[in-house]
Amino acid sequence: MLKDITLGQYYQADSVVHKLDPRVKLVGTIAYIVTLFMFRNLTIYLIALSFLIFTIRLSKVPFSFIVRGLKAIVILLIITALFNLFLTPGEPIVSFWRFSLTYEGIAAAFYLAIRLIFLIIGSSLMTLTTTPNQLTDGLESLMKPLNKIKVPVHEISMMMSIALRFIPILMEETDKIMKAQMARCADFESGNIIKKVKALIPLLVPLFVSSFRRANDLAMAMEARCYQGGEGRTKMKPLKYQKTDYLAYLFLLVYLIVAIVLGKFFPLHILQV
Amino acid sequence: MSMIKTKKLTFEYIHRDEEGNVEGITKAVDGVDLDIKEGDFIAILGHNGSGKSTLAKHMNAILSPSEGTIYVAGMDTREEKNIWDIRKNAGMVFQNPDNQIIGQVVEEDVGFGPENMGVPTKEIWQRVEESLKAVGMYAYRKHSPNKLSGGQKQRVSIAGVLAMHPKCIVLDEPTAMLDPQGRKEVIRAVRALNEVENITAILITHYMEEVVYADKVFVMDKGQIRMEGTPKEIFSQVDELQKLRLTVPQVTLLAEACRKAGMPFSKGILTTKEFMEELQCLLS
Repeated sequence: MLKDITLGQYYQADSVVHKLDPRVKLVGTIAYIVTLFMFRNLTIYLIALSFLIFTIRLSKVPFSFIVRGLKAIVILLIITALFNLFLTPGEPIVSFWRFSLTYEGIAAAFYLAIRLIFLIIGSSLMTLTTTPNQLTDGLESLMKPLNKIKVPVHEISMMMSIALRFIPILMEETDKIMKAQMARCADFESGNIIKKVKALIPLLVPLFVSSFRRANDLAMAMEARCYQGGEGRTKMKPLKYQKTDYLAYLFLLVYLIVAIVLGKFFPLHILQV
Repeated sequence: MSMIKTKKLTFEYIHRDEEGNVEGITKAVDGVDLDIKEGDFIAILGHNGSGKSTLAKHMNAILSPSEGTIYVAGMDTREEKNIWDIRKNAGMVFQNPDNQIIGQVVEEDVGFGPENMGVPTKEIWQRVEESLKAVGMYAYRKHSPNKLSGGQKQRVSIAGVLAMHPKCIVLDEPTAMLDPQGRKEVIRAVRALNEVENITAILITHYMEEVVYADKVFVMDKGQIRMEGTPKEIFSQVDELQKLRLTVPQVTLLAEACRKAGMPFSKGILTTKEFMEELQCLLS
């Protein structure tokens, strides 16, 4: 059923990583991504790999679950790898017609593939261990300094959490409208792409109209419950760092230092350009 | 003390054409005078378009009157500075349960109101617990609202209002989208609040069965209050109610038909129990 789809594909488990403060996880993911793009040698990827394996084991999320996230980008990965392989200028190894496979191309494709795969695995580990709710809370609290330059941080996170709340409702509604249109002989399945897109119009128009109506109702309900924006609001579940969170920060710092030092001074080169 | 008091309350919807010229004015609420006492259970009846929802929205300062005044807990809703105090005093539950739940977890939604009011974290948790227990939804506090039934969602909405500790709770057709089971649950919760916590309840509905337990009933038509009185007084006037396009409970209708056929039933029988008692008296 459409109803059962959840966004962010949270994986329920009782682990240290799940219990970490969402801010730690966000900062950690960013730090991890930065290390991936800092240097282009094998050392950094070995360190990143061991960091990944360590956190995955800690999180108790089955490996197959994480790999599932990669499926979505396989095509993207293949296409970018092919472009890199054949369109990077350099010393040709094999060439046919206008394309030539270059040594530089192989190196570029190799590093790109590794970076992308590591990036996806790392960030999906974060979404798998953090509920969307915690994620928006974490983002709000991390972005709070941006309030000073007039970024509406609270409003953005409120919008995000309302959007998340309404995804299943709108899914259900789409389902209903689809069935109603199908009962009146609408055809969503056959025909070429243009026909299919055209068939979506009688689905999207009522969906838009009803979501505006919902938005209107919701705004009224929020006002009726004294919602006046972020100012003067207290939190039911305020974020508070625990001991493990500080330890996690320490661990992250160690990881960053090790990655930078080893990556810079002890580079392992294969396919060096 | 009077909780809500209106004087010649009027609200006009102005219809405009595409250029913004006034095409016509509809008076949704037309010169309503009401006085609702603290602790009462009030029902406002009316068919669709009778102006009862518009009236309800005035009680929460969502709409501001075109003419006349409305005082909620002694505060004039037209004054900007009063709006948030009024909303703290008079909570509102709307018709569609899906469109008024903000949180992704039941307890978070109930905490939304107190959060907005700046209640300290610890007290929010207390209030959430109390409110959820009062409507009998405490066991569901960790659930996602999407997985609840309509009646349960509506009870969560009531808890959400309750957590703001209002003196008065306005329910704008809270049962219109529910099945009979859900309707019963919601009405039971509202009655409990009124009786146990002594919160003024204003129930807007077009289901007759729900107003049987009210202290006072107002019947609206075309923006005006046409009838007012206890449920018994109202329901004894079956013909007038039917003129206002309202149906009376089936038992009342049956008793009325019997009375017209010459059987000595009293006017305004509201429940099956009353009917049975009178029937037994007649038979013996």
